[in-house]
Amino acid sequence: MKNALAIGGIVIKELYRRKDFYVLFILTALITLGLGAMNFFNDARIVRYLKEICLLLIWVSTLVIAVVTAARQIPFEKETCTIFPLLAKPVTRWELVLGKFLGCWFAAGIALVVFYLFFAIITGTREHYWPVLNILQAVWMHWMMLGVVSALTIFGSVVFTAPSSNVTIVLLISVGILLIGRNLRMFALEMVEPARTILCVAYYSLPHLEFFDMRDLVIHDWGLAPWWAVGMATLYAAAYSIFLIVCAWLVFRRQVLS
Amino acid sequence: MQAVLEVSDLYISYRGSKMGVPPEWAVKDLNLKVREGEAFGFLGPNGAGKTTTMNVLLGFLPPTSGTAYLFGVDVRRPIARQRIGYLPEQTYYYRFLSAVELLRFYAGIFRIPRGETEARIARVLRLVDLEDAGDRAIRTYSKGMQQRVGLAQALINEPDLLILDEPTSGLDPLGRMKVREIIRRLKEEGKTVFFSSHELGEVETVCDRVVIMHRGELKAEGTVQELVSAYAGNLEKAFLEIIGSGV
Repeated sequence: MKNALAIGGIVIKELYRRKDFYVLFILTALITLGLGAMNFFNDARIVRYLKEICLLLIWVSTLVIAVVTAARQIPFEKETCTIFPLLAKPVTRWELVLGKFLGCWFAAGIALVVFYLFFAIITGTREHYWPVLNILQAVWMHWMMLGVVSALTIFGSVVFTAPSSNVTIVLLISVGILLIGRNLRMFALEMVEPARTILCVAYYSLPHLEFFDMRDLVIHDWGLAPWWAVGMATLYAAAYSIFLIVCAWLVFRRQVLS
Repeated sequence: MQAVLEVSDLYISYRGSKMGVPPEWAVKDLNLKVREGEAFGFLGPNGAGKTTTMNVLLGFLPPTSGTAYLFGVDVRRPIARQRIGYLPEQTYYYRFLSAVELLRFYAGIFRIPRGETEARIARVLRLVDLEDAGDRAIRTYSKGMQQRVGLAQALINEPDLLILDEPTSGLDPLGRMKVREIIRRLKEEGKTVFFSSHELGEVETVCDRVVIMHRGELKAEGTVQELVSAYAGNLEKAFLEIIGSGV
């Protein structure tokens, strides 16, 4: 575990020494501040739209950060040969895969905290109301979702040769699940066999990332989600992440490095 | 003397690209024994199987058959790599880190106690003449400096066996001389050095014993003096004669 954490530390260092995170953060901040400076139709509820846009930008930005960071880890190590001096030390391939996952997940978590801090300051100063627990719950659930996405990307990175194809596939899957994941079963009922069975299997086997989406609760101040549901969602994310990381290790342990 | 590196009946094949195509042997029936404190040269032309053998010793590649042990431990077990230092032919490290950060990371992997880490880093950086550049990002280093960072990372755990793959490849004469001097100093400290090289002059001055590989097979083995006297009077001629390009 210590080796995995040391490898994860390098991933975090890499993230904050690259420009991707800063570019996305500045872009999110500029768009939110620009929209926040406007007042359409003297609508007092305009802050809700501002919250909605800011949260959407945070979701898009952190998803891109998590996927792009995770996708380049193992292929980049192979391409630049940094994997050789690393694996020539007493490091197992499991520790390498786990370390890369933990690094990406924690790095995404750091980015998430910065983004939500910005969100809390912007909305808090407009509404003069600080729903700290709601935001903490939203951050936690969002982080769990990014854990599943990071694990899926790490798995993709040992299967696909090119990081760009991995990024495209994982982003399509993630956005697809977020947009239509909850409706897959309804679509299935309207289909004929075998499409119905295929969609049903997809519904029950795909990780439902939309479970972790707490945006509406935060935007409309609908209060907290029940803590047991948060706990169950956490276990659900942990199960998927562990499964995907073990799959990544099973593929990677057999790969010839030369 | 105890064998620190032992290879027995080693065969490594590249799978045929098409079904039914017989495998191509990268290494055939290799037997090696490197003793403690020895500087061992692993010679051969390009494609002789040197790097492939090293890849097996480091666990990057599984052998097709045969066994390989480091300090009596099967090379497939990561613990076998606890007492070795490895310098790859091409030195690429995390370019966004400084040499000190890189060495601190590797020290963590070897579980070197925190109190000892900084002193150890200062010592290896001094040994490779990089103490003034230790805090600079590796991306700003010249090729020679990167090669010396490579040596520093290979030495951070004070290894008993150093595996060096073409340690002076691509270096200018000054860089080559510095690396050679470091290897000689390590040998004097009693470290076992196992290295592959094309530089026969370098091998002649540094090595106690050499093997010559050609097309995956071991063609000759002995001390430099033995090979030189058995063949035409210098190692280069001996090498050319053994690999069948004799003049």
